[in-house]
Amino acid sequence: MLKRLRENKSLQGTLLVSPTLLWMIVLLIIPLLLTLVVSFGTRDADGGVIYGFSFHNYVRLIGISNDCPDGQAICYNPLYAEILWRSLSLAFNTTVLVILLAYPLAYFIARAHPKRRNTFLMLVLVPLWTNFVIRVYAWMMLLREQGVINGVLGWIAARLGLPFEPLEMLYTPGAVLVGMVYEFLPFMILPIFTSLEKIDNSLYEAAADLGANPIRTFQRVTLPLSMPGVVAGTILVFIPVMGTFIVSDLLGGKQVILVGNLIQNQFLSARDPTFGSAASLLLMIMTLIVTYFYTRKFGFGEEIVAA
Amino acid sequence: MNPHRRHPFIRITAFLVYVFLYAPVFILVLYAFNASRINILFEGFIPSFGPLQTDGSLVTQSPCGPFHWFCELSRNREVGLAARNTLTIAFISTLVSTLIGTMAAIAIQRYNFRLKAFSQISLYIPIVIPEIVMGIGILILFSQLFGLLNGAFGLEGDARLSMGLGTVIVSHIAFSVPFVTLVVQARLAGFDKSFEEAAMDLGANELVTFWRVTLPMILPGVLSGALLAFTLSLDDFVITFFTTGPGATTLPIYVYGLLRRIITPQVNALSTVWIAIVLAAVLLLQRLQAREAK
Amino acid sequence: MNAEYAVEFRDVVKSFRTPEGTHINAVDNVSLHIRNGEFFSLLGSSGCGKTTSLRMIAGFEWPTSGEVYVEGKAMGHTPPFQRPVNTVFQNYALFQHMNVFSNLAFGLEMEKAPRAEIEKRVQHVLEMVKLTGMERRLPRQLSGGQQQRIALARALIKLPNVLLLDEPLGALDLKLRKEMQVELKAIQQKVGITFVYVTHDQEEALSMSDRIAVMSQGVVKQIGTPIEIYERPSNRFVADFIGESNFLEGTVKSNEGERASVFVPSLNAELIGLNTGNVSVGEKAILSIRPEKIRLADKKVMNTNCIEGTVTNTTYIGSDTHVYLDVNGMQFKVFEQNKISSLDPQAYYTRGQKVWLSLFPENTLVLAEK
Repeated sequence: MLKRLRENKSLQGTLLVSPTLLWMIVLLIIPLLLTLVVSFGTRDADGGVIYGFSFHNYVRLIGISNDCPDGQAICYNPLYAEILWRSLSLAFNTTVLVILLAYPLAYFIARAHPKRRNTFLMLVLVPLWTNFVIRVYAWMMLLREQGVINGVLGWIAARLGLPFEPLEMLYTPGAVLVGMVYEFLPFMILPIFTSLEKIDNSLYEAAADLGANPIRTFQRVTLPLSMPGVVAGTILVFIPVMGTFIVSDLLGGKQVILVGNLIQNQFLSARDPTFGSAASLLLMIMTLIVTYFYTRKFGFGEEIVAA
Repeated sequence: MNPHRRHPFIRITAFLVYVFLYAPVFILVLYAFNASRINILFEGFIPSFGPLQTDGSLVTQSPCGPFHWFCELSRNREVGLAARNTLTIAFISTLVSTLIGTMAAIAIQRYNFRLKAFSQISLYIPIVIPEIVMGIGILILFSQLFGLLNGAFGLEGDARLSMGLGTVIVSHIAFSVPFVTLVVQARLAGFDKSFEEAAMDLGANELVTFWRVTLPMILPGVLSGALLAFTLSLDDFVITFFTTGPGATTLPIYVYGLLRRIITPQVNALSTVWIAIVLAAVLLLQRLQAREAK
Repeated sequence: MNAEYAVEFRDVVKSFRTPEGTHINAVDNVSLHIRNGEFFSLLGSSGCGKTTSLRMIAGFEWPTSGEVYVEGKAMGHTPPFQRPVNTVFQNYALFQHMNVFSNLAFGLEMEKAPRAEIEKRVQHVLEMVKLTGMERRLPRQLSGGQQQRIALARALIKLPNVLLLDEPLGALDLKLRKEMQVELKAIQQKVGITFVYVTHDQEEALSMSDRIAVMSQGVVKQIGTPIEIYERPSNRFVADFIGESNFLEGTVKSNEGERASVFVPSLNAELIGLNTGNVSVGEKAILSIRPEKIRLADKKVMNTNCIEGTVTNTTYIGSDTHVYLDVNGMQFKVFEQNKISSLDPQAYYTRGQKVWLSLFPENTLVLAEK
């Protein structure tokens, strides 16, 4: 028996991978399939599922509803489409802002003295290792009407003798954006740093030797070579932002509802798992589509993930 | 000779970003010493040690002095339970996911088998979809499954199958394994098979070879993967949110619950303790790394 | 050791699947035998199948068909750790996380040898490779040459009956390589173990081996002692691969015992040579003459096998001059030792110079055209 195992390489491989494969099938593939099945069902009175085959959830998501004013039979309800759009644009804006903030810092660390580089990196990672929820809470404290920022501004205004109205920062889309940027900034710093660090010093020397000024060097040498890092970072930022609900829940309140909030809501208070499933699958498909086109254009950046 | 290094723009921006990263942390820690119970404005430090005295919403005296909220925290049963749960879940899920993830990485990197492509895709999916999709899926799975089993076997009361520590652990393993596999695979990619051949040539069978030669050489990668799995589990909110049940609360869930109710400086105290532990761990790791490098 | 041969291949074939999906025979029907205590080399350029053959003796690959015998026993699918052979790897494959002592002791630990014996044998083998005192070092703290010797010691400590060496000297610089060649040969003769040595370096093979198997594209072209291989190549490939040769094509006109007479159309002449290829009258043949065996003179010195040519180019390399000639449109190369020491370049043959080439029949080989 052992002899047969020894000779059959394919069998060895299958055996090694089987626990993991089993786990992924039971806890990923089957749940996704179930989600699909449930999304075609209808809600029953207790918030359970009546299995069936109907597209009504998806139709509702796109915006066609029969709950219309003026006695129209069918009309366009953009509510859910708005939610999807808001999530997409938030994810996009967050990613752009994060790149703008992360790149200089990553650059700074990459060009720093090797002995101090590790310290600078640790400084970036420490906030990351404190809890996600805690970090959001910190921003609540900062942005509240009686929060820190308003407190400081008010104090300055009082000193200058100017009138001051506390800024309403919490529970706005701006607050959610700030929160998202804060949460995911380290996830962009690290990959960009990794790809920048790999650039050999001699490349800069060669560029200078050939007559490139600092701006051109950046444009033609540094930036292209750091792209894998940017790509990896984008994937690490864009996808979670699409799905997070805590940040919008705590910092945006009822004003800012994203797809994540919608889904969470459906499974808890609204108790319509079928609609929630449809929304969840739509979210997944959207994410996969964006990721697909993005990596098609810019590559995978897997080498950065490894580091 | 890098033309950009000394450019003030870079340095200033870098500094500002660091300020941006740490200002909230600073505020968080500061407010852990807040004298005000409602914790909206910072009313200063608790001035004196002594038996508990309050003045409206301010705590003017406490047996622990300025560390009043930390003492409160230590007495908080719920936090203790949540902390214990969090660690238990993290340890078990790390152990299992590292074990099966390493095996899977070896399988994918070294062998060809029929389900290889399928395995690779299954491991890639959790990394590119939002956590909530996976969380929802698992919720549906368990709720339908338990509903079915409870009905079929007529389980009632305590015997009822429901969400709890078990479901959380199992789910954590599910989202950790892809990361472990990824990290170990990267480490294996550069591995030279001739070391294993040498061991076998000298008389070691496959198991001995793995134990004495392969494993020691890929250990750094395996440990990285384990560390990653541990971190992911400790910090997880979304998946835990959808798979937890009564008695199985973790720290992130607990904090979230608190935030939606009353916000006393206890939350800040908890945050500060968390930050302190992380800092200590990081410094320890640095010390260890420095020693190993010698 | 009661087996007739240390290693034997009988009709061994090893095929691999290419990325395109077809099959290629890395080893194509090889049969050979290696004698006990012999220093046997597998010589060829990369891709010829020599390493694959070695790996089949070690047990890292199994033959697709045919059988490999070690000490008379068929190896079949026996795994490497159950074979009485040991390997010295090309990249040494020293265990990086173990020190020298542990590396050397590893093989003996697998045999469950007692501690005291391990200590003794480690010391003994360190002495043999002249690295006493290095037990505590880690592989990365050793130089290339030292690592190579530890790799050798690690394999030798198990006293295998057959030692396999896969281009062990490839990574060393020239001087070190030459030193190691001498040392390896000395060790082999002292210990009396059969060495199977894989290399692409002709000089190495010729200087160290008792016998050589010349391989190309999975096939053994010739097996023989270094002298046999060099002086009596049995086919064009070997004649061309080992050292250098001049080739002429022709047809056999007559046969007389050892010698044969071949008509060469391109020279419009009949040349006499040794019929080592056993070619029959009327069949096509190839004449092969080594450059160092051709005599140049300014007049015809023999009746047969003497042809006139023009110098097209010369290369002075110190001890020799390489002369390139055109004979009736055919290119010849001749290596002549510089027995004169003149400072006048004209003394060493000049372009356009007319000379007579003497191709002595004992040095001219008649090979079958294949």
